[in-house]
Amino acid sequence: MSQPLRAHRAEPIPINAHAYDNLRYIRETMERAGSFTAVPGWGGLWMGVTALVAGAVAGRQPTIERMLAVWVAGAPVGLAIGVWAIVRKAQRARLPLLSCPGRKFVLSLAPSILAGALLTLALYQAGLEAVIPGMWLLLYGAGVVTGGAFSVRVVPVMGVCFMALGATALFSPAGWGNWFLMAGFGGLQIVFGLMIARRFGG
Amino acid sequence: MAKAAVVEERQARGTRVRAAEVPALELDRLIHERMRLGIVSALAVTEAISFNDLKKLLKTTDGNLSVHARKLEEAGYIGCSKYFEGRLPKTEYRLKAGGRRALERYLAHMEALIEATRER
Repeated sequence: MSQPLRAHRAEPIPINAHAYDNLRYIRETMERAGSFTAVPGWGGLWMGVTALVAGAVAGRQPTIERMLAVWVAGAPVGLAIGVWAIVRKAQRARLPLLSCPGRKFVLSLAPSILAGALLTLALYQAGLEAVIPGMWLLLYGAGVVTGGAFSVRVVPVMGVCFMALGATALFSPAGWGNWFLMAGFGGLQIVFGLMIARRFGG
Repeated sequence: MAKAAVVEERQARGTRVRAAEVPALELDRLIHERMRLGIVSALAVTEAISFNDLKKLLKTTDGNLSVHARKLEEAGYIGCSKYFEGRLPKTEYRLKAGGRRALERYLAHMEALIEATRER
Protein backbone atom coordinates (compact mmCIF):
# COMPACT_ATOMS: atom_id res chain seq x y z
CA MET A 1 0.00 0.00 0.00
CA SER A 2 1.39 3.33 -0.95
CA GLN A 3 2.01 5.97 1.68
CA PRO A 4 1.50 9.66 1.19
CA LEU A 5 4.76 11.48 0.75
CA ARG A 6 4.05 13.58 3.82
CA ALA A 7 2.16 11.55 6.35
CA HIS A 8 2.71 14.13 9.09
CA ARG A 9 3.06 17.83 8.69
CA ALA A 10 5.88 19.16 10.83
CA GLU A 11 4.82 21.62 13.48
CA PRO A 12 5.77 25.18 12.51
CA ILE A 13 8.62 26.54 14.61
CA PRO A 14 7.52 29.68 16.48
CA ILE A 15 9.26 32.84 15.28
CA ASN A 16 10.48 33.68 18.78
CA ALA A 17 12.22 30.27 18.98
CA HIS A 18 14.19 31.28 15.89
CA ALA A 19 15.05 34.61 17.49
CA TYR A 20 16.15 32.92 20.74
CA ASP A 21 18.22 30.44 18.74
CA ASN A 22 19.91 33.24 16.80
CA LEU A 23 20.69 35.19 19.97
CA ARG A 24 22.09 32.04 21.60
CA TYR A 25 24.27 31.39 18.54
CA ILE A 26 25.60 34.98 18.60
CA ARG A 27 26.40 34.74 22.32
CA GLU A 28 28.11 31.34 22.00
CA THR A 29 30.18 32.48 19.01
CA MET A 30 31.21 35.62 20.87
CA GLU A 31 32.21 33.56 23.91
CA ARG A 32 34.29 31.15 21.85
CA ALA A 33 35.91 33.97 19.88
CA GLY A 34 36.43 35.90 23.10
CA SER A 35 38.70 33.16 24.39
CA PHE A 36 41.18 34.37 21.78
CA THR A 37 41.51 37.60 23.67
CA ALA A 38 41.00 36.77 27.34
CA VAL A 39 44.59 35.83 28.23
CA PRO A 40 47.14 38.54 27.48
CA GLY A 41 50.28 37.30 25.74
CA TRP A 42 52.39 40.45 25.97
CA GLY A 43 51.40 40.80 29.62
CA GLY A 44 52.61 37.24 30.26
CA LEU A 45 55.88 38.05 28.54
CA TRP A 46 56.50 41.10 30.73
CA MET A 47 55.52 39.13 33.82
CA GLY A 48 58.19 36.64 32.77
CA VAL A 49 60.81 39.38 32.38
CA THR A 50 59.92 40.72 35.85
CA ALA A 51 60.27 37.19 37.24
CA LEU A 52 63.73 36.81 35.72
CA VAL A 53 64.80 40.08 37.37
CA ALA A 54 63.31 38.91 40.69
CA GLY A 55 65.09 35.57 40.27
CA ALA A 56 68.43 37.26 39.62
CA VAL A 57 68.05 39.30 42.82
CA ALA A 58 66.72 36.32 44.80
CA GLY A 59 69.66 34.15 43.70
CA ARG A 60 72.08 36.47 45.51
CA GLN A 61 70.35 36.09 48.88
CA PRO A 62 72.20 34.12 51.57
CA THR A 63 69.21 32.16 52.89
CA ILE A 64 66.18 30.43 51.39
CA GLU A 65 63.87 32.63 53.52
CA ARG A 66 65.33 35.80 52.02
CA MET A 67 65.24 34.29 48.54
CA LEU A 68 61.52 33.57 48.96
CA ALA A 69 60.96 37.06 50.41
CA VAL A 70 62.30 38.59 47.18
CA TRP A 71 59.85 36.48 45.16
CA VAL A 72 56.97 37.46 47.47
CA ALA A 73 57.92 41.13 47.06
CA GLY A 74 58.01 40.73 43.27
CA ALA A 75 54.63 38.98 43.09
CA PRO A 76 52.50 42.18 43.34
CA VAL A 77 54.51 43.68 40.45
CA GLY A 78 53.78 40.63 38.29
CA LEU A 79 50.14 40.68 39.36
CA ALA A 80 49.83 44.38 38.51
CA ILE A 81 51.33 43.77 35.06
CA GLY A 82 48.91 40.87 34.51
CA VAL A 83 45.86 42.92 35.53
CA TRP A 84 46.99 45.90 33.43
CA ALA A 85 47.51 43.61 30.42
CA ILE A 86 44.06 42.00 30.81
CA VAL A 87 42.41 45.45 31.03
CA ARG A 88 44.36 46.76 28.01
CA LYS A 89 43.59 43.72 25.89
CA ALA A 90 39.89 43.90 26.78
CA GLN A 91 39.82 47.61 25.87
CA ARG A 92 41.57 47.06 22.55
CA ALA A 93 39.07 44.34 21.63
CA ARG A 94 36.20 46.56 22.87
CA LEU A 95 35.24 43.81 25.31
CA PRO A 96 33.70 44.40 28.71
CA LEU A 97 36.48 44.02 31.30
CA LEU A 98 34.97 40.90 32.77
CA SER A 99 33.49 39.37 29.64
CA CYS A 100 32.49 35.74 29.97
CA PRO A 101 35.82 34.09 29.00
CA GLY A 102 37.83 36.67 30.95
CA ARG A 103 35.65 36.21 34.02
CA LYS A 104 35.93 32.42 33.80
CA PHE A 105 39.72 32.66 33.59
CA VAL A 106 40.02 35.00 36.58
CA LEU A 107 37.53 32.98 38.66
CA SER A 108 39.38 29.76 37.87
CA LEU A 109 42.81 31.18 38.69
CA ALA A 110 41.84 33.02 41.89
CA PRO A 111 41.23 29.98 44.18
CA SER A 112 44.69 28.56 43.35
CA ILE A 113 46.37 31.89 44.07
CA LEU A 114 44.51 32.18 47.39
CA ALA A 115 45.36 28.59 48.32
CA GLY A 116 49.00 29.27 47.43
CA ALA A 117 49.11 32.35 49.67
CA LEU A 118 47.64 30.46 52.64
CA LEU A 119 49.88 27.43 52.14
CA THR A 120 52.92 29.71 51.93
CA LEU A 121 52.14 31.02 55.42
CA ALA A 122 51.44 27.54 56.79
CA LEU A 123 54.57 25.96 55.30
CA TYR A 124 56.72 28.89 56.43
CA GLN A 125 55.44 28.51 60.00
CA ALA A 126 56.09 24.76 59.84
CA GLY A 127 59.67 25.38 58.69
CA LEU A 128 59.06 23.74 55.30
CA GLU A 129 60.30 26.62 53.11
CA ALA A 130 62.03 24.22 50.74
CA VAL A 131 58.76 22.95 49.29
CA ILE A 132 57.29 26.45 48.71
CA PRO A 133 58.73 26.98 45.16
CA GLY A 134 57.32 23.65 43.97
CA MET A 135 53.97 24.38 45.61
CA TRP A 136 53.78 27.84 43.93
CA LEU A 137 54.48 26.40 40.49
CA LEU A 138 52.10 23.50 40.99
CA LEU A 139 49.18 25.64 42.19
CA TYR A 140 49.71 28.38 39.59
CA GLY A 141 49.79 25.67 36.92
CA ALA A 142 46.61 24.08 38.29
CA GLY A 143 44.85 27.48 38.14
CA VAL A 144 46.01 28.11 34.57
CA VAL A 145 44.88 24.63 33.49
CA THR A 146 41.42 25.20 34.96
CA GLY A 147 41.13 28.71 33.53
CA GLY A 148 42.53 27.53 30.23
CA ALA A 149 39.78 24.94 29.89
CA PHE A 150 37.64 27.82 28.58
CA SER A 151 40.39 29.29 26.42
CA VAL A 152 42.62 28.38 23.49
CA ARG A 153 44.61 25.15 23.83
CA VAL A 154 47.96 26.82 24.40
CA VAL A 155 46.78 28.15 27.80
CA PRO A 156 46.07 24.77 29.48
CA VAL A 157 49.27 23.42 27.90
CA MET A 158 51.17 26.22 29.66
CA GLY A 159 49.42 25.24 32.91
CA VAL A 160 50.47 21.59 32.50
CA CYS A 161 54.10 22.68 31.95
CA PHE A 162 53.94 24.72 35.19
CA MET A 163 52.51 21.69 37.03
CA ALA A 164 55.21 19.39 35.67
CA LEU A 165 57.90 21.85 36.70
CA GLY A 166 56.32 22.24 40.15
CA ALA A 167 56.10 18.49 40.65
CA THR A 168 59.78 18.14 39.72
CA ALA A 169 60.73 20.99 42.05
CA LEU A 170 58.92 19.35 44.98
CA PHE A 171 61.24 16.34 44.80
CA SER A 172 64.46 18.20 43.97
CA PRO A 173 67.14 19.63 46.28
CA ALA A 174 66.05 22.79 48.14
CA GLY A 175 68.91 24.81 46.63
CA TRP A 176 67.40 24.48 43.15
CA GLY A 177 64.16 26.27 44.13
CA ASN A 178 65.17 29.64 42.69
CA TRP A 179 66.14 28.06 39.35
CA PHE A 180 62.80 26.30 39.12
CA LEU A 181 60.96 29.57 39.86
CA MET A 182 62.97 31.38 37.19
CA ALA A 183 62.35 28.60 34.67
CA GLY A 184 58.60 28.67 35.39
CA PHE A 185 57.56 32.23 36.15
CA GLY A 186 60.31 33.56 33.89
CA GLY A 187 60.98 31.09 31.07
CA LEU A 188 57.55 29.49 30.61
CA GLN A 189 55.74 32.85 30.89
CA ILE A 190 57.98 34.40 28.23
CA VAL A 191 57.75 31.46 25.80
CA PHE A 192 53.98 31.02 26.11
CA GLY A 193 53.42 34.79 26.32
CA LEU A 194 55.09 35.18 22.95
CA MET A 195 53.06 32.35 21.46
CA ILE A 196 49.77 33.80 22.72
CA ALA A 197 50.69 37.35 21.67
CA ARG A 198 51.62 36.31 18.13
CA ARG A 199 48.78 33.90 17.51
CA PHE A 200 45.88 35.25 19.55
CA GLY A 201 45.85 38.98 19.11
CA GLY A 202 48.29 40.41 21.66
CA MET B 1 5.27 55.95 9.50
CA ALA B 2 7.51 53.03 8.44
CA LYS B 3 7.41 49.98 10.67
CA ALA B 4 11.10 50.24 11.49
CA ALA B 5 10.63 53.82 12.65
CA VAL B 6 7.68 52.79 14.84
CA VAL B 7 9.80 50.05 16.43
CA GLU B 8 12.72 52.42 17.06
CA GLU B 9 10.43 55.06 18.53
CA ARG B 10 8.71 52.56 20.82
CA GLN B 11 12.04 51.07 21.91
CA ALA B 12 13.39 54.56 22.63
CA ARG B 13 10.33 55.36 24.74
CA GLY B 14 10.59 52.01 26.52
CA THR B 15 7.11 50.94 25.40
CA ARG B 16 6.34 47.50 24.05
CA VAL B 17 6.64 46.70 20.38
CA ARG B 18 3.57 45.00 18.92
CA ALA B 19 4.06 41.89 16.76
CA ALA B 20 2.57 43.56 13.70
CA GLU B 21 5.09 46.37 14.02
CA VAL B 22 8.16 44.17 13.73
CA PRO B 23 9.48 44.85 10.25
CA ALA B 24 9.93 41.30 8.97
CA LEU B 25 10.90 42.46 5.51
CA GLU B 26 13.61 44.77 6.81
CA LEU B 27 15.66 42.02 8.43
CA ASP B 28 19.29 42.28 7.37
CA ARG B 29 19.45 39.21 5.16
CA LEU B 30 23.18 39.64 4.73
CA ILE B 31 23.99 38.76 8.34
CA HIS B 32 20.89 36.64 8.95
CA GLU B 33 22.67 33.77 7.24
CA ARG B 34 24.30 31.54 9.91
CA MET B 35 27.89 31.60 8.69
CA ARG B 36 27.92 35.35 8.09
CA LEU B 37 26.25 35.95 11.46
CA GLY B 38 29.00 33.84 13.04
CA ILE B 39 31.75 35.82 11.28
CA VAL B 40 30.33 39.17 12.38
CA SER B 41 29.70 37.94 15.97
CA ALA B 42 33.24 36.57 16.30
CA LEU B 43 34.80 39.76 14.95
CA ALA B 44 32.66 41.89 17.28
CA VAL B 45 34.60 40.68 20.33
CA THR B 46 38.10 40.58 18.87
CA GLU B 47 40.36 43.14 17.29
CA ALA B 48 41.19 40.86 14.36
CA ILE B 49 41.04 37.14 13.57
CA SER B 50 43.09 35.25 11.03
CA PHE B 51 41.38 33.20 8.32
CA ASN B 52 42.53 29.92 9.86
CA ASP B 53 41.40 30.80 13.38
CA LEU B 54 38.01 31.91 12.06
CA LYS B 55 37.70 28.68 10.07
CA LYS B 56 38.41 26.61 13.21
CA LEU B 57 36.11 28.71 15.35
CA LEU B 58 33.16 28.37 12.96
CA LYS B 59 33.99 24.74 12.06
CA THR B 60 33.75 25.36 8.35
CA THR B 61 35.73 24.88 5.15
CA ASP B 62 38.09 27.26 3.32
CA GLY B 63 35.70 27.71 0.40
CA ASN B 64 32.62 28.31 2.52
CA LEU B 65 34.36 30.87 4.72
CA SER B 66 35.89 32.67 1.71
CA VAL B 67 32.52 33.05 -0.03
CA HIS B 68 30.71 34.40 3.02
CA ALA B 69 33.58 36.65 4.10
CA ARG B 70 33.73 38.16 0.61
CA LYS B 71 30.02 39.01 0.73
CA LEU B 72 30.51 40.80 4.06
CA GLU B 73 33.57 42.55 2.67
CA GLU B 74 31.67 43.76 -0.38
CA ALA B 75 28.96 45.14 1.87
CA GLY B 76 31.58 47.06 3.84
CA TYR B 77 30.82 45.13 7.03
CA ILE B 78 34.30 43.67 7.48
CA GLY B 79 37.80 44.56 6.34
CA CYS B 80 40.39 42.11 5.09
CA SER B 81 44.17 42.49 5.14
CA LYS B 82 46.70 40.14 3.60
CA TYR B 83 50.32 39.92 4.64
CA PHE B 84 53.24 37.52 4.92
CA GLU B 85 54.35 35.97 8.20
CA GLY B 86 57.80 34.72 7.27
CA ARG B 87 57.09 32.97 3.98
CA LEU B 88 53.48 32.11 4.75
CA PRO B 89 50.66 34.28 3.39
CA LYS B 90 48.15 35.30 6.07
CA THR B 91 44.65 36.73 5.81
CA GLU B 92 43.16 38.67 8.68
CA TYR B 93 39.65 40.04 9.13
CA ARG B 94 38.40 42.99 11.18
CA LEU B 95 34.90 44.31 11.85
CA LYS B 96 34.17 47.73 10.36
CA ALA B 97 31.87 50.34 11.90
CA GLY B 98 29.14 49.44 9.38
CA GLY B 99 29.34 45.79 10.41
CA ARG B 100 29.10 46.67 14.10
CA ARG B 101 26.03 48.82 13.43
CA ALA B 102 24.47 46.02 11.37
CA LEU B 103 25.01 43.53 14.22
CA GLU B 104 23.51 45.96 16.73
CA ARG B 105 20.47 46.46 14.46
CA TYR B 106 20.14 42.70 14.06
CA LEU B 107 20.29 42.14 17.83
CA ALA B 108 17.64 44.83 18.35
CA HIS B 109 15.50 43.17 15.71
CA MET B 110 15.73 39.75 17.40
CA GLU B 111 14.92 41.29 20.78
CA ALA B 112 11.94 43.11 19.28
CA LEU B 113 10.67 39.84 17.80
CA ILE B 114 10.90 38.12 21.17
CA GLU B 115 9.18 41.06 22.89
CA ALA B 116 6.45 41.12 20.25
CA THR B 117 5.66 37.41 20.47
CA ARG B 118 5.77 37.51 24.28
CA GLU B 119 2.82 39.88 24.47
CA ARG B 120 0.60 37.72 22.23
